[in-house]
Amino acid sequence: MLYARLILMRLLKAVVVLFMIVIFNFFLIQMAPGDPAAILAGEAGATDQEFLRQLRERFGLDQPLYVQLWRYVSGIAMLDFGYSYRQQMPVLDLILARLPATLLLTGTAFVLSLALGIVAGSMAAARVKKPSGSLIMALALIFYATPLFWVALMAVVLFSVYLDWLPAYGMYTVGAGLDGFALILDVAKHLVLPATTLALFFMAIYTRMTRASMLEASQQDYVKTARAKGLSPRVIQRRHILRNALLPIITLAGLQAGQMVGGAILTETVFAWPGIGRLMYEALMQRDYNLLLGIFFFSAALVIVFNIITDLVYRLADPRIKEGS
Amino acid sequence: MSEPVLSIRGLTIALPKGADRPYAVEDISYDVERGEIMCVVGESGSGKSMAANALMGLLPKGVRPTAGEVIFDGQDLLTLTEKQHRKLRGLHIGMIFQEPMTALNPLMRVGAQISEVFEAHGKYNGKERQAHALALLEEVGIPQPDKAIRAYPFQLSGGQRQRVMIAMALALEPKLLIADEPTTALDVTTQAQILELIRDLQKRRGMSVMFITHDFGVVAEVASRVCVMRYGQIVELGPAKEVLENPQHEYTRALIEAIPSNIIPEARGGERPAPLLEVKGLNKIFRSKGGLFKAAREVRALDDVSFTLAPGETVGIVGESGSGKSTLGRCVVRLERPDSGTLSLSGTDFTTLTGEELRRQRWRVQMIFQDPYASLNPRTRVGYAIAQGPMANGVSRDEAMKQAGELLDLVGLGAVAVDRFPHEFSGGQRQRIGIARALALNPELIVADEAVSALDVSIQAQILELLEDLKQKLSLSLLFITHDLRVAAQICDYIIVMQHGRIVEQGTAETVFLSPREAYTRELLEAIPGRAHELESA
Amino acid sequence: MSFFARFAQNRGALIGLIILMTIILMAILAPFLYPDSPWRMVQRPFLSPMEVDGFLLGTDTMGRDVAAGIMHGAWVSLLIGLVSTTVALAIGVPLGAIAGYYGGLIDDGLMRFTEFFQTIPNFALAIVLVAIMQPSVTSIVLAIAIVSWPPVARLVRAEFMSLRHREYVEAARLVGQTNRTIILRQILPNTLSPIIVLASLMVATAILLESALSFLGLGDPNVMSWGYMIGAARTVIRQAWWLSFFPGFAILLTVLALNLVGEGLDDALNPKLSRERS
Repeated sequence: MLYARLILMRLLKAVVVLFMIVIFNFFLIQMAPGDPAAILAGEAGATDQEFLRQLRERFGLDQPLYVQLWRYVSGIAMLDFGYSYRQQMPVLDLILARLPATLLLTGTAFVLSLALGIVAGSMAAARVKKPSGSLIMALALIFYATPLFWVALMAVVLFSVYLDWLPAYGMYTVGAGLDGFALILDVAKHLVLPATTLALFFMAIYTRMTRASMLEASQQDYVKTARAKGLSPRVIQRRHILRNALLPIITLAGLQAGQMVGGAILTETVFAWPGIGRLMYEALMQRDYNLLLGIFFFSAALVIVFNIITDLVYRLADPRIKEGS
Repeated sequence: MSEPVLSIRGLTIALPKGADRPYAVEDISYDVERGEIMCVVGESGSGKSMAANALMGLLPKGVRPTAGEVIFDGQDLLTLTEKQHRKLRGLHIGMIFQEPMTALNPLMRVGAQISEVFEAHGKYNGKERQAHALALLEEVGIPQPDKAIRAYPFQLSGGQRQRVMIAMALALEPKLLIADEPTTALDVTTQAQILELIRDLQKRRGMSVMFITHDFGVVAEVASRVCVMRYGQIVELGPAKEVLENPQHEYTRALIEAIPSNIIPEARGGERPAPLLEVKGLNKIFRSKGGLFKAAREVRALDDVSFTLAPGETVGIVGESGSGKSTLGRCVVRLERPDSGTLSLSGTDFTTLTGEELRRQRWRVQMIFQDPYASLNPRTRVGYAIAQGPMANGVSRDEAMKQAGELLDLVGLGAVAVDRFPHEFSGGQRQRIGIARALALNPELIVADEAVSALDVSIQAQILELLEDLKQKLSLSLLFITHDLRVAAQICDYIIVMQHGRIVEQGTAETVFLSPREAYTRELLEAIPGRAHELESA
Repeated sequence: MSFFARFAQNRGALIGLIILMTIILMAILAPFLYPDSPWRMVQRPFLSPMEVDGFLLGTDTMGRDVAAGIMHGAWVSLLIGLVSTTVALAIGVPLGAIAGYYGGLIDDGLMRFTEFFQTIPNFALAIVLVAIMQPSVTSIVLAIAIVSWPPVARLVRAEFMSLRHREYVEAARLVGQTNRTIILRQILPNTLSPIIVLASLMVATAILLESALSFLGLGDPNVMSWGYMIGAARTVIRQAWWLSFFPGFAILLTVLALNLVGEGLDDALNPKLSRERS
């Protein structure tokens, strides 16, 4: 009951945010240099004056601004994101076709980075001022400072070109006609490099955060209480310090989800992963603004979904919110 | 006499380099006998908790014992490995701490936290552990123990949490309980209950207690023997009765005297003159914004509060936490705006002033704050901090700075202090600076909100003396807010007792203390630690 | 202990400072050491590093000197990092200060606004903004500033909220200081250390963002940047890995140095460790 209400409220909030993004998008189109009709049609295809005139009429660009805004918003409310003249397909179809690949990539990277980050961070927290702890933190700092796309490229050079261990491009082996388990294995192989490179940066963030959060938690009074009970350091670390330290990490993970969708644009571009990030790059290259803004809208929606999930998890983890009255 | 439970011999504990002194404690020796409550008393920085932490193996990093021995059960605890220490903790020695609000893991149910003690020492199976935890909660007097066992700490009050801590410490029937300032963070009435519980459990179980405190009132309540410490050394050691009644060392004497022990205030004044401050029907409700999961909550902080304060008079507002006394003070200085009612200051309505008009009138009521470390901007030189007030009210900078020097002289710091930063001063000195700042605007009324509560008793006495002195010299009108009745008795002419936002009783200090009419007032007075002892000796 | 002595206690911070100084020096010396435009084709393409004297890092697909590109790119990276951080601070600090100091409805409104910007995925927003405004140094700076001010506003707000009820601030209100004076003289100076630390990390993030935008072809077409060099060499990664390696390594070093310096500043300005001991 409580959860149903929470989800309802969060969805309501999400709708408001998405609505604002739609309005934002509308004004971005207005802001862009050149004729909005030309922009909607895609720059290069906009030389034919008659075509442009038809377009203007069709999109109501001869109407006052507020009428246009209303049309734009109500269109999107009906899931009409416009048409990509470059790809000759409705924007929505294009995006929906690419969405699963992105979900697979970001989902894998998210789980991977969170799990490894928490493990590495707690190891570093338990080894403060020891060389092994410093080494973990130095590595985390380096990963944090490395450009994502560059790591991806270097991974291609090393693991694909020189060592030839893993495929560097695409999601399947083209023309192999695999199915069943063989297909899953094939996709998994293709997933290794993009997911790992995408996860590295975020793993670095979670590692640093976990360590800081655990060091903070270990200063708390209840840890002294636990020691006074005669509990072993292992139990104290796991049951008292880690559990409390994880709360802020859940919040952070929700915030970072948005960055991960952004990071996917770079990894998908490098690895030719057929997701919406790669699609965004294509739209960018072709100045296909309709598609670009559609993807932008969807990436924001994805972030909101991630945020709602982390919110729910947080409430599960913290009794003070769950049973608070 | 049988062998002591604990014997500390020549213990020296070194502090890390860069600390203000080389040793936390130096060559101290004392015993804790079987079945006694040994009180270790001292002000902050005296090293009173050090020995306890050392024998538990809970010293902070960088702090380590360098000489001496601590004999418990025939072995020297200082030579134990961490693993051996762990076996000892919880099983043979239990410990409770000062802050019950933070000493329990917020994410674990109370029952699980108690069961952990059994688990750590491999006692009982799962079901038995729960049953024993329940029995313990019953023993420490938690209401509805069957519910409390499933509660999270945030659902319990401070006193209840301290009871849970005690239950945990006593779970395995240790021979020795170490209580490190266990009642300092609690209200007086709760403090009295916890003290009684500890005394009661100690007798019933025949265990020994090492009780660490800064409060001689508490000592008088519980101690069999006392060990007074200062600067890491033992000043005086002996049976409680002897030390309290006939202190040998002048420091002990100063400490005992510094407690405003004279609970019976002298009769002052007669008729009250026309009021300077008139408070009528003041109401203030705090509403926490309702979230998705919480209904909006209302706390009635002030409920129809009316009183008056005459020029040159000191009115004390006394109450426990949550009584609304601080809100009242904040409304009077207009840091909060009351919901309804009036506050008038020599005829001007102070309640409805807002914005620029309020800013112009603010000089008339000033405040002395509680926390000497938070009440001064760390980046502002002391002289300038005092001069800011007059400058904001149109006095030239030179004039204001000159005045600041004079004020610092007046509060006993000397005019040379103007160019120094707050961190160069001790807590008591900072409180003097805060007083000088409040005086700078020559206000009609000064509100002192727990102005001496954060200070050690000996410093507390000095600040009270300063206030008394300034009252005489400048005929100050003072609204003195405190939770400590002993302090109120010493400085106030008129006392207002508050509970749950309402005035329970008000009257001259003498009547309130000597012939309280209301049950709550009596309860508060009875809860004052050391009161029984004082009445006896009076 | 002096500020620098505390800073220098952190060995990493010192190393970071040295690297950063070197990069700044590179940026300053670039026009003197390589007075020609880094876009000029000077040799045959695909020279590997040190293959021909005077071309330490080889040439790219069009025969441009990679070393020259790296030297000139340092200037662009630092410039965009600094300017966009300044702009982000100029947006975030006042917003956060006002929200945190006044609270109530003003705070609610400003925080909803901030949250909105935090919900939108940073990088996607930056791409859309630059693409619509057309790539140029100005549009890149603006886009980076627009996506990076929310953390500043949140930090400043949190600091203001905790300091607003600090006793010395209440004392300042009671003696009749104006809100402006209190914000500027009492509270703001006490929030500077965390802002400085955050700013140093933001410059690092901005440099990463700029390189990623340039990599995707959204760099200013008139200036040579590290991200552009990597993007341009991407298709030939199998033949000439060094074309991507060196500019990427330069980004890595710069961002790493800024982070190290940021950590050192944090140690020096917020001495947590000394508090831990007491």
